Amino acid sequence: MNLESRTPSGPLAQKWDRHRAEIKLVNPANKRKYEIIVVGSGLAGASAAASLAELGYRVKCFCFQDSPRRAHSIAAQGGINAAKNYQNDGDSVYRLFYDTIKGGDFRAREANVYRLAQVSVNIIDQCVAQGVPFAREYGGTLANRSFGGAQVSRTFYARGQTGQQLLLGAYQALSRQIGAGAVKMFPRTEMLDLVVADGAARGIVARDLVSGKIEAHSAHAVVLATGGYGNAYNLSTYARGSNATAIWRAHRKGALFANPCYTQIHPTCIPVSGDYQSKLTLMSESLRNDGRVWVPKRKEDSGKPPASIAEEDRDYYLERLYPSFGNLAPRDISSRAAKRVCDEGRGVGPSGLGVYLDFSDAISRLGHKVVEERYGNLFDIYKEITGENAYDVPMRIYPAIHYTMGGLWVDYNLMSNVPGLFVAGEANFSDHGANRLGASALMQGLADGYFVLPYTIGGYLATQKPGAALPADHAEFRKSIEDVGTRTRRLLSVNGSRTADSFHKQLGRLLWEKCGMARNRQGLTEALKAIPALREEFWQNVRVPGCGEELNQALERAGRIADYFELAELICLDALTREESCGGHFREEFQTDEGEALRDDEKFAFVSAWEFKGLNGSGHWDLHKEPLAYEEVHMSQRSYK
Amino acid sequence: MNVSLRVWRQKGPGTQGCFETHEARDLNPDMSFLEMLDVVNERLAVEGKDPIAFDHDCREGICGMCSCVINGEPHGPEFKVATCQTYMRSFRDGDTITIEPFRSRAFPVLRDLVVNRSSFDRIIQAGGFVSVPTGSAPDGNAIPVSKEIADLAMDAAACIGCGACVAACKNGSAMLFVAAKVSQLNILPQGKPEKDRRVLRMVQAMDAEGFGNCSNTYACEAACPKGISVNFIARMNRDYAVALLKNKPA
Ligand SMILES: Cc1cc2nc3c(=O)[nH]c(=O)nc-3n(C[C@H](O)[C@H](O)[C@H](O)COP(=O)(O)OP(=O)(O)OC[C@H]3O[C@@H](n4cnc5c(N)ncnc54)[C@H](O)[C@@H]3O)c2cc1C
Ligand code: FES
Repeated sequence: MNLESRTPSGPLAQKWDRHRAEIKLVNPANKRKYEIIVVGSGLAGASAAASLAELGYRVKCFCFQDSPRRAHSIAAQGGINAAKNYQNDGDSVYRLFYDTIKGGDFRAREANVYRLAQVSVNIIDQCVAQGVPFAREYGGTLANRSFGGAQVSRTFYARGQTGQQLLLGAYQALSRQIGAGAVKMFPRTEMLDLVVADGAARGIVARDLVSGKIEAHSAHAVVLATGGYGNAYNLSTYARGSNATAIWRAHRKGALFANPCYTQIHPTCIPVSGDYQSKLTLMSESLRNDGRVWVPKRKEDSGKPPASIAEEDRDYYLERLYPSFGNLAPRDISSRAAKRVCDEGRGVGPSGLGVYLDFSDAISRLGHKVVEERYGNLFDIYKEITGENAYDVPMRIYPAIHYTMGGLWVDYNLMSNVPGLFVAGEANFSDHGANRLGASALMQGLADGYFVLPYTIGGYLATQKPGAALPADHAEFRKSIEDVGTRTRRLLSVNGSRTADSFHKQLGRLLWEKCGMARNRQGLTEALKAIPALREEFWQNVRVPGCGEELNQALERAGRIADYFELAELICLDALTREESCGGHFREEFQTDEGEALRDDEKFAFVSAWEFKGLNGSGHWDLHKEPLAYEEVHMSQRSYK
Repeated sequence: MNVSLRVWRQKGPGTQGCFETHEARDLNPDMSFLEMLDVVNERLAVEGKDPIAFDHDCREGICGMCSCVINGEPHGPEFKVATCQTYMRSFRDGDTITIEPFRSRAFPVLRDLVVNRSSFDRIIQAGGFVSVPTGSAPDGNAIPVSKEIADLAMDAAACIGCGACVAACKNGSAMLFVAAKVSQLNILPQGKPEKDRRVLRMVQAMDAEGFGNCSNTYACEAACPKGISVNFIARMNRDYAVALLKNKPA
């Protein structure tokens, strides 16, 4: 297979401009003769669907929630980066680019990241014009803050609800196009298959979640903007419904899956409290700007009330280990540090899996009022969930699965190896390498949807004949509908004794233990045996109530969980194959004397792109490698000391 | 703790519904209300019965998907939280808890506790936006917005579109939802050019969807998980009156 990244030639800073100038254009009068399917209405999907419709294409947009406004992007709290340099503190496109490449531990494609930094400034302009109520200074200019792992103030925010406000901006732009008849919206509709005919993506098969009807939709191009796959781990900060089915079904139809083992674990989440738990709640990273992370120096103190532990008996371990970044050390580094102190028996809280995030210094320095202004809503959330008041006692936090850097492989145009299949937002692998920096997922989702896809899809469509898309009764569509129906009936007919959710919990625990914050050969090898066995049991013993021709949430979940089993195996296989540590992927065998990630640029400076070859007991995949060549930056060991 | 549930069960949109009783036993007070329903549903599924259908997604009070009426109150007993942020510690051991869908003419029941709220989407489609195509925006700082105005717009923009305001209103009015969006955009300089058109079209769409008139009882604000203020309704009424006057055929 030819993994052609199609990165344009020329100097890094000019690649995107040159490419845009050279991309073929679709004749404006012909645009309405092309149909585009956009699956997903999060930041990436809603912005793409709206922008493509504005250009004149006919767009169909799908989401599984009851409204496009409810996509998981809505939950992002902290903010969005942009290289505006409004604070005059030395930021620039180059610096944002460099921080992102370095933050990704030199495992991202240089040209994509540079483009991301370039268009970041346009995103802010667009969102402001839409009426997104970003935080302002008294003088009326936009406010910024510094955020997770950055030494400049380049993060724009709307209280603790940045994702909500950005998504509503995109949703409103999308709604305008729906109202104008340019986009047809399909809420409560789940894509269950990608249709590939004559070597290109021609449409999807989807289930109407209310009636249960399975239908085909054809188009000239398909965009997947279906979000990340972190819910494979069951407990995560994702919305309950977030899932991998769309990208997994596309993977099974030939789309390569890149870097599946690059998963991000967020250091500041509320610890697990019981077996019934359905999700983990993130406490925004912005808290680390003013909160100090600590555990007792001595194991014996970990059960004591925090106030009774004297200052000199506390270990502010991030400040100790990483003096220049301190509590703002990047996510992967802070998460692993938390795990290490808990493994040493110094963790706090009932389970011992927790560290303190303490605001007492900030409250004495800034006053209760300022802390409340900055973080009031987060303190409220914490209180609702734990019943504790974080103004009086330190918060307890622990890392949790939060984001997936891996995803479907795409070229510079965000097109997968399947012609006509584009992938945007968290669903692709493109910009964050092995670790994503805070406030850069929102930036990437909107960059892809507002400012990249509208150009690059045109370049592809210009090579396709305008006019009717493949008829939805074409043999490939009929076959796909048949396959989806068969699979649904199979899930319903096992009639075993365990629910799909109980399998999901078991799979999630296994993944978290063997392929979570730290991984090693033995654990991964065990997981690669255990997962296929569990999958086998799932298909023998799952019980899915109800039928297919109705609103059936248990059936929806069972289908998604069935896909997690296959994906989980690939995550572990990728983690086992990558014999180095980088970013969120930490292999215990590969670390420095100080316990930091040890990359192996000689052997592993490539993107792992996996091709699905079938399931036979266990899964089978071929590995393709896209070498990462750096023209501009020099690969160095990441240091935050 | 143990509780009894009286849950609304309804197969489909056109069918007759009724209350069904289910016992939920051995609960931990730190469980969320929806986790309690998960536990009940797990048992129903193993027994081969239909689990209770309910909407939810983020489970942290921001997506607006969850939508139960608990003991007669949309989103349950706690002030300014959504159903998904309600914890079992808000109830007592031995309680009977009544759970119903959001009820309103404009929100037909799809199944059990799941309702169709696409009427809200259609109101936004009618005018809840600023018409600014991608690529046509000036520099972000070229449009100064005072902190007070930005904060006020954000207060309105915090609406999660759940529909609790409608479910709480005896007239099934959507005034709080519509007013929040009209106000956010009409207050900001970016939204000024379309101010009149926006309010006229959104109010017209609201009426066409079958929402009732404002009952002036402020039940909406009391039920709102984000505490959106009824002052925005007064503001919208003003905008509406002005727009009507300005746009009166001569
Ligand atoms: C709690 C939390 C806080 C975060 N905070 C920040 C932050 O402060 N800054 C930041 O930059 N990033 C943050 N992130 C990350 C960021 O929010 C996400 O990466 C980003 O929003 C993903 O956007 P998306 O458009 O790719 O996908 P999503 O928003 O996940 O949207 C996916 C869409 O696809 C649809 N979909 C999925 N599968 C199907 C299917 N099979 N059929 C039909 N439709 C389907 C869904 O309905 C949905 O509309 C945060 C993440 C979490 C969990
Ligand atoms: S589930 Fe998202 S608001 Fe309740």
